[in-house]
Amino acid sequence: MSTDTAEKTIKKPAEPFLSKRRKRIVTDPLVDNNPITIQVLGICSALAVTTQLQPTLVMALSVIFVMAMANLVISFLRNTIPSRIRIIAQLAVVATLVTLVSEVLKAYSYDMYKQLSVFIGLIITNCIVMGRLEAFAMGNKPYDSVLDGFGQALGYSWIILAVAFFREIWGSGSFFGIPVLDPVAGWIGMDSLATNGLMVTPVGAFMILGLIIWVQRSLTNYVEQ
Amino acid sequence: MQQSNSYIIIFSVVLTVVCGLLLSGSSQLLGPKQREAIALDTKKQILGAVMSGDEIAAMSPEEITAYYENTIASTVVNIEGEEVTEVEGTAISAETVDIGSNYKRAPEDRLYPVFIYHEEGNPDNVSAYILPLYGAGLWNAIWGYMALQSDLNTIEGVTFSHAGETPGLGARITEEGVQQRYQGKEIWGDNGELASVTMEKGEGRDYSDDPHRVDGLSGATITAVGVNNMLRNYLSYYEAFLTKMMDESPEKVAFNK
Repeated sequence: MSTDTAEKTIKKPAEPFLSKRRKRIVTDPLVDNNPITIQVLGICSALAVTTQLQPTLVMALSVIFVMAMANLVISFLRNTIPSRIRIIAQLAVVATLVTLVSEVLKAYSYDMYKQLSVFIGLIITNCIVMGRLEAFAMGNKPYDSVLDGFGQALGYSWIILAVAFFREIWGSGSFFGIPVLDPVAGWIGMDSLATNGLMVTPVGAFMILGLIIWVQRSLTNYVEQ
Repeated sequence: MQQSNSYIIIFSVVLTVVCGLLLSGSSQLLGPKQREAIALDTKKQILGAVMSGDEIAAMSPEEITAYYENTIASTVVNIEGEEVTEVEGTAISAETVDIGSNYKRAPEDRLYPVFIYHEEGNPDNVSAYILPLYGAGLWNAIWGYMALQSDLNTIEGVTFSHAGETPGLGARITEEGVQQRYQGKEIWGDNGELASVTMEKGEGRDYSDDPHRVDGLSGATITAVGVNNMLRNYLSYYEAFLTKMMDESPEKVAFNK
């Protein structure tokens, strides 16, 4: 049998930037494959940083940046990283990125830096970051990897913002630092509404997180494999 | 080839060099801006002893720096209360003294900065003397600034900061409500001895009649003890300076022991 070597290879049209498959990479982690509620990763920072909304927002933006950039870099290097020092190389990249974020915060937003202090550095140990590098970036192209990093970080972000929302309203009576419970108490004719001190501690965070996981899994009828 | 030892070593070296360059490069680039931010934060803390947090929050960085220039004079003293202007040939000012690293030396060898809060543009009309404090909390260092009114007895205000106290417990020393408890308290006792101000155990009691005690923090007794020790220690280090001021410049100090 002779192979027809003169056969023109038909060039596949380039996948559109936001094809269905790529959209799913970004939207899956929001609910169906949420890093915190489904994959149960990154719980530590979800408990620690979420006492108030403002530091949580800074944390979320930092994680989005770190994950997108780390996925991008590792994906570019995926064919050159020796398999035996794979994890170490990923760690070096993540640590460098996180340190850059920390230094920028220290220079331009010192108050936030003081408030977040040790938690920015702990992004390095956040399982979601390394988990996605291993599970996705090492085996996929750069653009897809960026989308995956972005999507997973978005999934993480909305969960921690939800936890912070409840913890701040219930534990400190405020929303982004603006007192909210006192005016509401005024409307309904009470002197003040009591805040719940437990919400300010990690115990409260655990409870809120558990409730969110429960609600989300019931709504999506998730069955653990 | 990708798995050969020399490739692995070369890859590691290149990766390390690149990461190192990025980090040291960013450190160089951002260094000045960071030092500015830290200096501004220190100024805010010093002013925080004499102004409310809201007032400071409403000021822009330039306004804070300008206000600080116009209202804060400073000097450095040793444990005898004598002014120190240079150490081993290098001139020193209150802003260059690092209280944290000073803390490691024996109290007799330390340098003690004093910040003088005066009327804007008029250095002779002194409103308060601000003394930096440093000590140990439960987990890590704590520090702060105590502002004394011109009688060198009544506390105008305090600010506290910490490196790693427990959020919601020891970390509450940074809360304005807690710091306000010190306003109006006195540091000298009835017999002219240094009585300092003590934070009592437990929370919720009224100490408005007692000039030397303030309400405590429930669940944060060890941090409170750290604060008490810090106040007592540093007031004793500054005692010579305070006594000198009261003896030598009675016109500046409206206090009779």
